[in-house]
Amino acid sequence: MSDSSQLLSGDEAIALAARHAGVRLGTGYPGTPSTEILETFDRLGGRAQWSPNEKVALEVGLGAAFGGARTLVTMKHVGLNVAADPLFTAAYTDLAAGLVVVSADDPGMASSQNEQDNRHYARAASLPMLEPMDSQEAYDFTLLAFDLSERWHLPVMLRITTRVCHSKTIVRPHDAPVPGEAIGPEPGFRRDIPARVMIPAYAKPAHRRLRQKLAEIAAWNDAEGPNRVFAGHPQVGLIATGIAAMHAREAAPQACLLTIGLTYPLPLETIRTFAAGCERLVVLEEGDPVLLDALRAAGIPAQGKPEQYRFGELTVARVRRILAGDETAEPAPPKGKPPELCQGCSHRGVFEVLRDMNCIVAGDIGCYTLGVLPPFQAMDTCVCMGASIGVGLGLRHVLPEEEARRVVSVIGDSTFVHSGLTGLAEMVYNPPATGHVVLILDNGTTAMTGQQEHPGTGRTLNHDATGRIHFEDLARAMGVNNVHVVDFQAADGTLEGLLKDLLTRSETSLIVARQPCVLAAPKIRFYEKAVADRSAACPSQVVDD
Amino acid sequence: MNNIYNVVIAGLGGQGVLKASDILADAAFRAGYDVKKSELHGMSQRGGSVSSDVRFGPQVWSPMVPIGEADVLVVLDETQVEVNRTVLAPNGVLIGPDRLDAAALKNKKSLNVTLLGALSAHLPIASEHWLAAIHANLAPKLHKLNEQSFALGRAAAGAREAAAV
Repeated sequence: MSDSSQLLSGDEAIALAARHAGVRLGTGYPGTPSTEILETFDRLGGRAQWSPNEKVALEVGLGAAFGGARTLVTMKHVGLNVAADPLFTAAYTDLAAGLVVVSADDPGMASSQNEQDNRHYARAASLPMLEPMDSQEAYDFTLLAFDLSERWHLPVMLRITTRVCHSKTIVRPHDAPVPGEAIGPEPGFRRDIPARVMIPAYAKPAHRRLRQKLAEIAAWNDAEGPNRVFAGHPQVGLIATGIAAMHAREAAPQACLLTIGLTYPLPLETIRTFAAGCERLVVLEEGDPVLLDALRAAGIPAQGKPEQYRFGELTVARVRRILAGDETAEPAPPKGKPPELCQGCSHRGVFEVLRDMNCIVAGDIGCYTLGVLPPFQAMDTCVCMGASIGVGLGLRHVLPEEEARRVVSVIGDSTFVHSGLTGLAEMVYNPPATGHVVLILDNGTTAMTGQQEHPGTGRTLNHDATGRIHFEDLARAMGVNNVHVVDFQAADGTLEGLLKDLLTRSETSLIVARQPCVLAAPKIRFYEKAVADRSAACPSQVVDD
Repeated sequence: MNNIYNVVIAGLGGQGVLKASDILADAAFRAGYDVKKSELHGMSQRGGSVSSDVRFGPQVWSPMVPIGEADVLVVLDETQVEVNRTVLAPNGVLIGPDRLDAAALKNKKSLNVTLLGALSAHLPIASEHWLAAIHANLAPKLHKLNEQSFALGRAAAGAREAAAV
């Protein structure tokens, strides 16, 4: 163990590398398992910001990279769906400084609504993708990602998975930069219209440029890419990516193993050479057969895994089964105690009311999704961030009137800022005949991911005062007919009476049920006091609320 | 893999499972081992089952302890013993909350560190590394209480071994 080595999670290693790479701005939206990257980056002295959602985070990051600043953008896998629009065309542009987009995937769905495999995005958007297998590679690949991004002037994706994000392994960092010493480009504007304005006349040659860049990167990957060969018996050759490489090494230490770090564009000649030296080639990858399909398309004979191992994470035991061709049923994982809404959580009272009123609840993503479980079972749909409003409206449009009048959209405060505003615009623009009721559960924090700030809290990522969006003012300005704020107390019946009234009206309504998260409340008081103390000490810096 | 120590710590959200595994991993790291620690965050804050794997030795590959290969299973809540028992190796050691006289525990919140004390009797990590890890992972005002808790757990494990001889 060298003096500088540290025991870090993958998320922490990426943050440390971002500091060492001289990243000038980190943007993102909280989402398990990616959240700790920007929080650590902030703690290490970096400038980090939560954006309202991942699309905005990537757009801000893109602007910063056009302006010559190294930028890191972080999100969970489903967040990349939200950011996909800027991502695909950003790929066509030429950047002035490195832009690294982190996609933290969640195979096994430890805390997600699906287990989509974001390796598909690299191919779909034609962007290079690096996939670390531990915290050391998370650190090394972050530095490498900035190098590649600046060498080819395009965004580079760093795809990590829950096990890499949250496992701690030893990292030996490079020398930290000398304070004051500039790293990477110096920000400044350089006009380059054909490289940045994607009208068809400029986008057509840009698309060709992008494919040329990828061909060059593939050649670089073959020549000096971050791929490793572990020697072994040639009977079985394994090709693995990400955490699967670690399981492979443990499950079959005698086998020869090729691990691929830059998984798009693939080092096909390297793989071909490796394959030629093995009698049997097995691809070990979590999720979809992305690598397997690519090898087969390139005419490299390889075996994959039985379909049952597409679902969930891989483990050492599952890799052993794959190598043995074992397709028997796996032992069921032990059933632990499921999570539940905290005792004292303000959401509990809301879901009791919704349950007792027999509402049809279009739900959303957050702690309050736990309202679907007993003893509430008061949620009927949950699909993606912000979907509660649109789905609720759709139900209202088509259901018989007596059912339509029971439909309520329930959305959290952070989720509402993330992607509820356009839903509210839809409600005002295309109101159902029975009207609609949207309920914002405002607990003053992004609770599920660990109590992060958002534009509705009026505090920045590091809890300093900043501008604040008031949901009630916003709804009134957008033209919602009835807007109410309930300082929620479960016992007094206020919410129930109000809901009963609004559900009978054929008007658009928004209720903000406001009570701080019980876990966040002491911290919120602390932040508010710190802000008050600072503004008392220096009145000119008070942010007008 | 005989030279790798596999420890699983399990309990319920809010009991300090992840803090305990942080301390264990840090102590092993300070003792000069290759270390990997793995768990799933996120839902753990909502009172559900939580478990964390710590592996250390000359070289560790996978960060997850395979089922049936844990040398020691530390469980902070009685209800979580059966849920996690399958992870234990045939000759593995179970350290449950019943190991301790609850009355001797000055603060319920330090159960996690108390059980680390009991765990320490089974692992080749010197006391100095445990103490350094406790200091590095807890706020200064908690150091004294947790040092006492650790010593309590370690003494209880020692007494148990002596009784077994």
